Amino acid sequence: MRVVVTVMPKPGVLDPQGRAVGHALSNLGFAGVGEVRIGKVVVLDLAETDADAARAIGEDMARRLLANTVIESYRVTVEA
Amino acid sequence: MPDEASPRPARVPDEALAREFGLSAEEWLRVLGIMGRTPTLTELGIFSVMWSEHCSYKSSRVWLKQLPTKAPWVIHGPGENAGVVDIGDGLAAVFKMESHNHPSFIEPYQGAATGVGGILRDVFTMGARPVANLNALRFGDPSDPVTRRVIDGVVRGIGGYGNCVGVPTVGGEVNFHRAYNRNPLVNAMTVGIAKRDRIFLSAAAGVGNPVVYVGSKTGIDGIHGATMASAEFSGDVEARRPTVQVGDPFTEKLLIEACLELMATDAIIAIQDMGAAGLTSSSVEMAGRGGVGIELDLDAVPQREAGMSAYEMMLSESQERMLMVLRPDRAELARQIFAKWELDFAVIGRLTNTGRIVVRHHGATEADIPLGPLADQAPLYERPTATTPKLPYIEPAKVEDRYGLAGGLLRLIGCPDLASRAWIYNQYDSTVGAQTIRRPGAADAAVVRIEGTTRALALTTDCTPRYCAADAEAGGAQAVAEAWRNLIATGARPLAITDNMNFGNPEKPEVMGQFAAAIRGMSAACRALDFPVVSGNVSLYNETDGRAILPTPAIGGLGVIDDAARSVGIALRPWLDLVLIGTTKGWLGQSLWLREIGGREDGAPPPVDLDAERKHGDFVRAQITAGVVRACHDLSDGGLLVAVAEMALAGGVGVRLNAGPREIPNHAFWFGEDQGRYLLAVGDGAEMVRLAEAAGVPAMRIGISGGRDLTLPDRGTISMNALRTAYESFFPDLMGRS
Amino acid sequence: MKAGIVLFPGINRERDMALALERAAGRAPRVIWHTETDLDGLDLIVLPGGFSYGDYLRCGAMAAQSPVMGAVRAHAQRGGHVLGVCNGFQVLTEAGLLPGALLRNATLRFIAADATIRVERNDTDYTHRYRAGQVLRVVMAHGDGNYYADAATLDRLEGDGLVAFRYCDAAGDVSEAANPNGSARAIAGILSRNRRVLGLMPHPENHIDPLTGGTDGLALFESLFAASYA
Repeated sequence: MRVVVTVMPKPGVLDPQGRAVGHALSNLGFAGVGEVRIGKVVVLDLAETDADAARAIGEDMARRLLANTVIESYRVTVEA
Repeated sequence: MPDEASPRPARVPDEALAREFGLSAEEWLRVLGIMGRTPTLTELGIFSVMWSEHCSYKSSRVWLKQLPTKAPWVIHGPGENAGVVDIGDGLAAVFKMESHNHPSFIEPYQGAATGVGGILRDVFTMGARPVANLNALRFGDPSDPVTRRVIDGVVRGIGGYGNCVGVPTVGGEVNFHRAYNRNPLVNAMTVGIAKRDRIFLSAAAGVGNPVVYVGSKTGIDGIHGATMASAEFSGDVEARRPTVQVGDPFTEKLLIEACLELMATDAIIAIQDMGAAGLTSSSVEMAGRGGVGIELDLDAVPQREAGMSAYEMMLSESQERMLMVLRPDRAELARQIFAKWELDFAVIGRLTNTGRIVVRHHGATEADIPLGPLADQAPLYERPTATTPKLPYIEPAKVEDRYGLAGGLLRLIGCPDLASRAWIYNQYDSTVGAQTIRRPGAADAAVVRIEGTTRALALTTDCTPRYCAADAEAGGAQAVAEAWRNLIATGARPLAITDNMNFGNPEKPEVMGQFAAAIRGMSAACRALDFPVVSGNVSLYNETDGRAILPTPAIGGLGVIDDAARSVGIALRPWLDLVLIGTTKGWLGQSLWLREIGGREDGAPPPVDLDAERKHGDFVRAQITAGVVRACHDLSDGGLLVAVAEMALAGGVGVRLNAGPREIPNHAFWFGEDQGRYLLAVGDGAEMVRLAEAAGVPAMRIGISGGRDLTLPDRGTISMNALRTAYESFFPDLMGRS
Repeated sequence: MKAGIVLFPGINRERDMALALERAAGRAPRVIWHTETDLDGLDLIVLPGGFSYGDYLRCGAMAAQSPVMGAVRAHAQRGGHVLGVCNGFQVLTEAGLLPGALLRNATLRFIAADATIRVERNDTDYTHRYRAGQVLRVVMAHGDGNYYADAATLDRLEGDGLVAFRYCDAAGDVSEAANPNGSARAIAGILSRNRRVLGLMPHPENHIDPLTGGTDGLALFESLFAASYA
């Protein structure tokens, strides 16, 4: 199963990288850009074949290593 | 995830393909002659990289042979992975500078990062722990947005790699010129320290001994990087991007520690890093230098993706890999050390007595080439040279000064070539290792203590390309002399240099003429200053759309300071006499003042009087060693007044200057770039002048430090705050303040 | 006090730290490989600076999961001393031994330059050889030193007196201009509740010798090894 873990800075945590990219985008002439947040996507190929079980593994991985819940939130999706 | 192997079309090698691979028609015929048959694709790949300019030095070798390479303290000169000199206490310094110019334009971050990684491997391959990195950088016109992108990526890349591997980046230099537009120069230098009787070399020995691969896995990155570095840019950057390698400094750090741990045993017979042309050049060179044959089984090579062909594996420039020949009874010990550091370790072949390189893959022989002819019949060209016409001497009195000293200084000190480099070096960890005595900006050369001793290494990189463009022979001599001078100015005894020859297309006679002339000038200076060349690198075809860079023979200098506590920097303290050492005639030709203030890149560059250089330098070093010099700065770009300003800025203290001699126009005296000069800060200026004159060295007092202003002899005054603002604005303004 | 230095793959200031510990203690620290789990006999565990596991994923994240960290956590729970500098501080926050997190510098660039920091209190095992309010010049070398914690945590740190060092100007005043990396409340270093665990971003271990950067860091190590302080 392919499990995709998306890790994002929590709302309220300053994201200087996102802010800099937002600034650069408006300099390039993209009007109306609101907040920009930059996170990361972790794509995992798991041997597990059950979607719910794969999701649970992904959640556990996210909690224990892939995200730092002091500053980051995460979302786990399973692709067939 | 890697897909199933996509079949890559195999072409039967012919002359057309050989030319695509960078070989000439004549070289193709030579390949056919050696092989006695049509070579396989893998064989053609091996020939093309081994005979590329980058690996074979086919255009430059005839000239490089002229450089002096010997001295009693030289342990290994050019020909090994890096140069080795004796630094006392049973220790040796291992050092080299190498270019990564083309990759740094195509992908500045990775290009610069892998440049640092590659030169580090050249040094620790020889058994030395790397203790310092330096970088000589040349960028294009700063007003070009492309230049900003390149600066940003190169600086991040050097920092990203060097900071992570934990080797302090302690020095270097930066120049700007439109001739480097779209062809920046990134010359990285690494210095390491080893026990002098524990130097590791690359010559393989012992038929039957295992050939071992360690480090990262092999992927398809960087294929044909070596031949790319040997061809002019067409400006078609997008199409070439896939050949750029990606650096992994974490793996490099593990590789350093694992190799040094293994080197403390007796397991290694020969070792070589896989740099340009990866597995091909490392295996061919190790076997070739040892006069043995080598057999490789590519099925055993650790691979990052499925379905790689023999050609791709032999040509891959994946980073952070090494090849070793081990004592068979120590292979297991070596395997355990690499397992501890979580690095790949694989026996991929063995040495033979056939004198051939044989490459097997999936049961088939993909290459079988005699090593002797591959090396001996490598092309060697004595390409035609043409002399660049000399430019006339510029009479100082005939150059108008519209700005005065204060206006001139404020413009010069803020110009791209002189402005503070703090924005750059404050992104480089210069203190890791706890031995850095003089950080960037603190002295003419970086000073790094030799751990566990009271001694230190002094390190610098130097070249003044605009001098070389005007007169490559004078410029070549000047580059060597300035490196020597910068070492002297810290109190060091200069020992040896590494050179990084960056030039244009050698097939153009004027470029080859520049190369030959630079070598002549360098050779003369090296001989006069007992300052031999122990390692180096040549980068040709530095041209974009037919325009060559300024000829840039970058020199990396190394010296030793016997009492590290006696080294001096450039920072002034209050109430010191400033004494100028050397002869000042007011040479304005090719000076920064003439370019920045006069708007002219013109005239003959300042000549270097090598006898005077030696005499003045020996005197200055003796005074520093005697402990009477509180600060010292060599005079170079921008001349005397810029040197005064830099010393004042470094110390945060003002200076009151005396009038110069009447017979020289003010701007020529204060901004001229006469060579062989130093500025000393001493407690007793009169005594220093007396000592100098007794030694036959010209000297004069030019001012005294103190206060918060720079008070000029033409009655102008600049506050230190104004001077600092002018000095520190350029990079933050260019690159953004946050 | 017997000290040990933990070696994670990718650490690079372990030699600097060993020199500082040896200078203050008079003997070399024990070197602890990241797979070891027996820390018996040690009083002080030091997590040095560098790029553990390349700082890939997040600084300190993977080191925080390594076998040795279970033993370090137990050591801290027993009231043992733990010092984390730079990457070591990041590991301590990732391991939950200190609160908060270290984000990318507000400048988005690696900063390798001297900072001035203020000693917030001198009644701890780490700082009693300093004066309270003393300003130290120490080098920073990090890309991710921007201390973050939520407001409640910051208030608790302040209220409990657990802020060990703050970025300041040469006169000791805290201001935005004197905060190089954007850290919340200019925090450069914090203590655990029992004040036995200290994490800080700048490198006191690089300031133990007048030739190589001055001696402003030496008193931190001397504080730890001084028998006189109870």
